[in-house]
Amino acid sequence: MARSVTNRRKTINTMLAWAVGLLIFFPILWTILTSFKTEGEAIADPPVFLFFNWTLENYSIVQERSDYMRYLTNSIFIAGGSTLLGIIIAVPAAWSMAFVPSKRTKDILMWMLSTKMLPAVGVLYPIYLLFIQLGLLDSRMGLVVVLMLINLPIIIWMLYTYFKEIPGEILEAARMDGATLREEIIYILTPMAIPGIASTILLNVILAWNEAFWTLNLTAAKAAPLTAFIASYSSPEGLFYAKLSAASTMAIAPILILGWFSQKQLVRGLTFGAVK
Amino acid sequence: MGRIVLDKVVKRFGDVEVIPPLDLTIEEGEFTVFVGPSGCGKSTLLRLIAGLEDVSDGAIQIDGQDATALPPAQRRLAMVFQSYALYPHMSVRKNIAFPLKMAGLPKEEQDRRVAAAAAALNLNDYLDRRPGQLSGGQRQRVAIGRAIVREPSAFLFDEPLSNLDAALRVGMRLEISELHKRLNTTMVYVTHDQVEAMTMADKIVVLHAGVIEQVGSPLELYHEPRNLFVAGFIGSPKMNFMTGTEATSRGAHTIGVRPEHITASFDSGAWKGRVGVSEHLGSDTFLHVLDTGLAESITVRVDGEFSARHGDTVWLTPIEDKIHRFDEKGDRK
Repeated sequence: MARSVTNRRKTINTMLAWAVGLLIFFPILWTILTSFKTEGEAIADPPVFLFFNWTLENYSIVQERSDYMRYLTNSIFIAGGSTLLGIIIAVPAAWSMAFVPSKRTKDILMWMLSTKMLPAVGVLYPIYLLFIQLGLLDSRMGLVVVLMLINLPIIIWMLYTYFKEIPGEILEAARMDGATLREEIIYILTPMAIPGIASTILLNVILAWNEAFWTLNLTAAKAAPLTAFIASYSSPEGLFYAKLSAASTMAIAPILILGWFSQKQLVRGLTFGAVK
Repeated sequence: MGRIVLDKVVKRFGDVEVIPPLDLTIEEGEFTVFVGPSGCGKSTLLRLIAGLEDVSDGAIQIDGQDATALPPAQRRLAMVFQSYALYPHMSVRKNIAFPLKMAGLPKEEQDRRVAAAAAALNLNDYLDRRPGQLSGGQRQRVAIGRAIVREPSAFLFDEPLSNLDAALRVGMRLEISELHKRLNTTMVYVTHDQVEAMTMADKIVVLHAGVIEQVGSPLELYHEPRNLFVAGFIGSPKMNFMTGTEATSRGAHTIGVRPEHITASFDSGAWKGRVGVSEHLGSDTFLHVLDTGLAESITVRVDGEFSARHGDTVWLTPIEDKIHRFDEKGDRK
């Protein structure tokens, strides 16, 4: 028997859901609002919500003071590059784990995941020294490699669960139908895994975009992405909340828009395999 | 075309030997059925022939050529899987054409063959649909279509009907049998259902724990089962087995008599018992007779008009020359 939901309960549930949603979204909303205030209004007590003098001044100052486009290009290069490289390495890895598993496959997966439990600070020093030696400090290529390595366990895990969902019999059928391994991959496996690969890419672009620890520590000026751009506004001579907010808004806008348009894929990606 | 020879084939998974050395010849054009309870190694054997599993020892020949090390794609065999294994992202047309595309056939030839297969299998109206939009029976037909377009030297079927409902299964059984008559190509068919085996096969291979118990035509297996396992497995309902004086007086350790070879009467007979459950099929009735002192229950096939009620006393008489005799080891005497 289906559970009956009364209208009253439905209304309460809807309101609760909205309340939780707003609570989570509030800091972002507040940042966006603050970015349109003057510095004075930004620190006003009591705070002003919607009724203030809307201004674009912060945006023009931020744009004047620092080259937004350069940070943006770096962010795109680093997030895109590390994800692409990660996928190229993770696809064959996830492949072999899903379709020709060995006795140790589960252990390897757990071990990979365990590397995510290590505090990043723990390896900062060796990696920093390594980067100096290799001349990778403040280079986009260096960050691409580091962020790829940081996110690789997640990429492999996600792809592995997607590939696991593809029935082995279908691949065997392709083999019986005369497909070589290459053809099997091109014509059968990849098209079937595309939704999974797409959401993996999406999630990792977001993770790499938001990554602040390594990007702040391993860059100075040349390769600095948007995370460094925001950080540069929390200056020692005092916080400029409105300008900081404007910088933050500009930094998160691209990824927010990307996320908005692909939310269907994202939700599917994060819940894939949970329900049939 | 389509003669398959297994020469001392062995399959081990780790330390477990699932198929001890096994010899079998499947003749050209023959409809061979591997039958046995689940876990008997029948699917593994089929996958060894297909090349989806590597043999641990021994050799497989297809059409006189050593195929032991050939990849599945080069064995010229087509397979229909239990789950159909259709490509979900392709239309029915593309599914059927896939093996032709892999073989590098020109587009016109592909279209011609797909059209012919679709016409033969009543799939014309569904060619542009995806597998997800088809019923179980239609999917099964697409899987068969994909197998026949390539004109393979043999077809392999791995329990293809087990996902269908009972009515559809009977229909598809006939269709596959007709397909075999029309194409005259070797077919190897795996099933755990002895009715499927009996109705479709030219030759049945009964497997038990990786070992071939008996090879023969359906009627050979029915009339002359080589041992207790085959006797119990072939025939529905199962053969009744008895030990004790009834057996020793006939010079055997165990005797077996099929439900259809026992007559029942209310007045007189050889064995006395009490009627338990009766299963009415209309034309026939199966009586499960208890308290005979010979076996826990004896199944008897009687005419549908025979009106025995639960608890009635009945007399059973076996047809003497239809009794099967087995020795201590369970082999036919």
